Amino acid sequence: MKKIESVNEFVIRFANVNGTGSWSANLLFARAIFRMGIPISPKNIFPSNIQGLPTWYEVRISGKGYIGTRGGVDIMVAMNPQSMAKDLKELGAGGYFVYDNTKPLNPAFVREDINYIGLPLTEICIREYKDPKLRQLFKNIIYVGALAALVDVDFEVLKNLVASQFKGKEKLIEPNIKALDLGYNYAKENFECPIGIRVTACDNVGDKILIDGNAALALGSLYAGASVVSWYPITPSTSLIDSYKKYAKKLRTDPETGGNNYAIVQAEDELSAIGMVLGASWNGARAFTATSGPGVSLMSEFLGFAYFAEVPVVLFDIQRSGPSTGMPTRTQQSDLISCAYASHGDTKHVLIIPSTPKECFDFAADAFDLADRLQTPVIVMSDLDLGMNDTMSEPLTWNDDRQYDRGKVYSGDDLEAMTERYGRYLDVDGDGIGYRTLPGAHPSKGSFFTRGSSHNAYAAYTEDSGSYVEGMERLLKKWETAKQYVPGPDIRSDNNEIGLVFYGTSADSAQEAMDRLSENGVAVDAMRIRALPFNDDVEAFIAGHDKVFVIEQNRDAQMRTLLSNECGIDPARMIPVLSFDGMPITANTIYDKINEYLSVAKGKKKVA
Amino acid sequence: MSYINPSFRHPNLPVNDIGCTKTDYEGAISTLCAGCGHDSISAAVVQACFEMSIEPHRVAKLSGIGCSSKTPAYFLNQSHGFNSVHGRMPSVATGANMANRDMIYIGVSGDGDTASIGMGQFVHVARRNLNMLYMVENNGCYGLTKGQDSATADIGSKAKGGVENVYAPIDLVNVALELGATFVARSFSGDKKQLVPLIQAALSHQGFAFIDVVSPCVTFNNNPGSTKAYDYVREHAEITGSVDFVPKKDEITADYEPGTSTNITLHDGSALQLHKLAKDFDPQDRRAATRALENAKDHGGILTGLIYIDPDTKDLHNILGTTETPLRDLDQDTLCPGNDALAAINESLR
Repeated sequence: MKKIESVNEFVIRFANVNGTGSWSANLLFARAIFRMGIPISPKNIFPSNIQGLPTWYEVRISGKGYIGTRGGVDIMVAMNPQSMAKDLKELGAGGYFVYDNTKPLNPAFVREDINYIGLPLTEICIREYKDPKLRQLFKNIIYVGALAALVDVDFEVLKNLVASQFKGKEKLIEPNIKALDLGYNYAKENFECPIGIRVTACDNVGDKILIDGNAALALGSLYAGASVVSWYPITPSTSLIDSYKKYAKKLRTDPETGGNNYAIVQAEDELSAIGMVLGASWNGARAFTATSGPGVSLMSEFLGFAYFAEVPVVLFDIQRSGPSTGMPTRTQQSDLISCAYASHGDTKHVLIIPSTPKECFDFAADAFDLADRLQTPVIVMSDLDLGMNDTMSEPLTWNDDRQYDRGKVYSGDDLEAMTERYGRYLDVDGDGIGYRTLPGAHPSKGSFFTRGSSHNAYAAYTEDSGSYVEGMERLLKKWETAKQYVPGPDIRSDNNEIGLVFYGTSADSAQEAMDRLSENGVAVDAMRIRALPFNDDVEAFIAGHDKVFVIEQNRDAQMRTLLSNECGIDPARMIPVLSFDGMPITANTIYDKINEYLSVAKGKKKVA
Repeated sequence: MSYINPSFRHPNLPVNDIGCTKTDYEGAISTLCAGCGHDSISAAVVQACFEMSIEPHRVAKLSGIGCSSKTPAYFLNQSHGFNSVHGRMPSVATGANMANRDMIYIGVSGDGDTASIGMGQFVHVARRNLNMLYMVENNGCYGLTKGQDSATADIGSKAKGGVENVYAPIDLVNVALELGATFVARSFSGDKKQLVPLIQAALSHQGFAFIDVVSPCVTFNNNPGSTKAYDYVREHAEITGSVDFVPKKDEITADYEPGTSTNITLHDGSALQLHKLAKDFDPQDRRAATRALENAKDHGGILTGLIYIDPDTKDLHNILGTTETPLRDLDQDTLCPGNDALAAINESLR
């Protein structure tokens, strides 16, 4: 029988029951491999449930450094009877099926083309532990121990990891190591270890870290000086606030008084969450909220208000599958249009789209500078895949010489020195951006009335058509100004005829697909879009390529729509490559779709 | 249209302790209907702030949408104002207050803006005990959209068109008490003598101070049969007692017969002197307050005056343990932990 043979290149998927402690055990396995210097990409695929429903944890191990989702499974650790039939089908031919053989396997689950590895996990647990809860918890650790033997994970690394994980709770170290030993020894005694798939230490990780995008966004916000946070709990954004809270407690507690140099308010809904951000920003603090698609819908009225009244706002949208409920724990890039044009009337918002945790950190910090500079909402578009999965990343860095850009704000002294009349919305510099004043700045100068109703350059209420039009046109000028401040596209061009356009979490899979296309003689250029408004380079890239594929994780090709709408590009010039099943887009999907299109176009057979 | 009041001032206008005249507390000329109760409330705010010698620029005034929410434009011209979206003033006020705990926050709302579209935010700002004055200018109808009943209209009350309201009313005072608001009062736009000291007490209170001001809509709800009409309110108002506000610097001088007066010291050192209190009424007893409300309602009365106060409470900043310095004034060195701390975080993630 065929056995998959591979060193440092495989996908292992753990099928577990939600709420049984499997996640931390699986992460332990993944981190041990990471510590051996081998790039990994773990993905937690979880249900909208606290306990009992199926959950999966997939780790791609790639010595070559591909961390996008590949597609397919080489080792299935099938610990959940509920999902076993489906899990069995997902395993590729020649793969390894790891299961608990305390009870005999259902004969219906026998496939001729895969390799079975039975571990008597329940039996070992019943023998070794009395407490049912411990039996469950250590069952997970035992299979991690067994897997370590099966794929040759450095056992010392694993043990050290356990020791560091339970630092401060030393009592837990020994029983965990014992459980690892139980599994490790069983596998060594009963199987030929390693199996065809194995890992070997290398140095392809360098100084990289493993962090989820939400934590990186939280840290970026903290470093940018955000001090007022309001949010309403919603998956998959909640962990961003949890991370902020954790780091703020550590890094923002006043050493002398013990007071908090931050305020976090859990709001009653998303309408209130964004309202608090407006209030705090208007009053001079840096403030943010985090949400997902449904929250964006609720925040829309305030987003339009902030656009029109020109109040800085930072909003993190951790996108999930929509609309409504059912797939809230699955990923998508489907809020692009709802965010770009959120609200009533003519509105458009600055979007920033990070691809990696490092970029999450940098862009979060930049978002606060941009919001202050542009005096408008800035929406950072992440998604569940990036936000909630530990992702390999360049280390986070902060330039200690960097000064916050608080944008155009007249201080009390500025106002004191002013001889002319202050006008909140006067376009003094010709870039469409006026000067703010903060409440309380000066006893007799600089006060103004912030309102969503039409206002003139001096912030006075007006129903005069001319003043209204003038204001709206100035906002367009500001939109033009924004182009020079937002992150430009990341372009790699070798003057090929074909150009791929992608953004956010499609980047890793797109890169892998490009490498495969290139190996098959199809050279392509690439543009990773990182912000709206698009600058001229974006338009030029599309204009400069005969065939342009736009890769997205939504049904309606929303980025393609934005490109067409904002740049006036003929949509027929942009071929959509879409994936919207709630799972991260895979390199296979991108490769296959582009390949198929090119083959049909040429009337040729597909390349291998 | 917002007309700015002329800057010409009579040279001999009285000045307060910080050298301001009353006109320094005024706003733009009102565009509400002539005789609107809301304008009297704006005037009461002006007088209260003038008498308390509040620096106008230390006040932030916020509102939602509706006739009442227009009024912050008509007082305190030197204050920053924020006319937000319908029913959402409380969230904006919360954020503003979190950013700078040192300012004075005046929120103005209406019965539609609070008791209907804004009910969610109202109840939550009350239970968080945000340090602010929250005033509802309550006329029982939607003025700007031409007179529909609001959720505070009493059953059987007739608006201008003569149609009786058939839905149970929301008594915001009762709601505020139920939610644990730490300062609850009701007044009447036609009773400035009562309203001004209540506003002053509310501004001195550290925590959520709620005043429901019945404020007749002269255009759509001031007709016979309306329970929010001037005549009706005058005839049915029942006061819990008289309220005198005594600033910190002043001594309590008024003399009342022993047992007829109560003094309550407020957080900022000023005091409230309450006298002629109704029998069995104690404004520091939440249950007594609820009982008094129900009793008045039983015979068609509208209870006004100070209804409940807990002068010694923790506001949201105290609850959250926020630092004393306003968050917006923290400098970058305090806010940004620096690259060394980040390097340590990186290390923990390997």
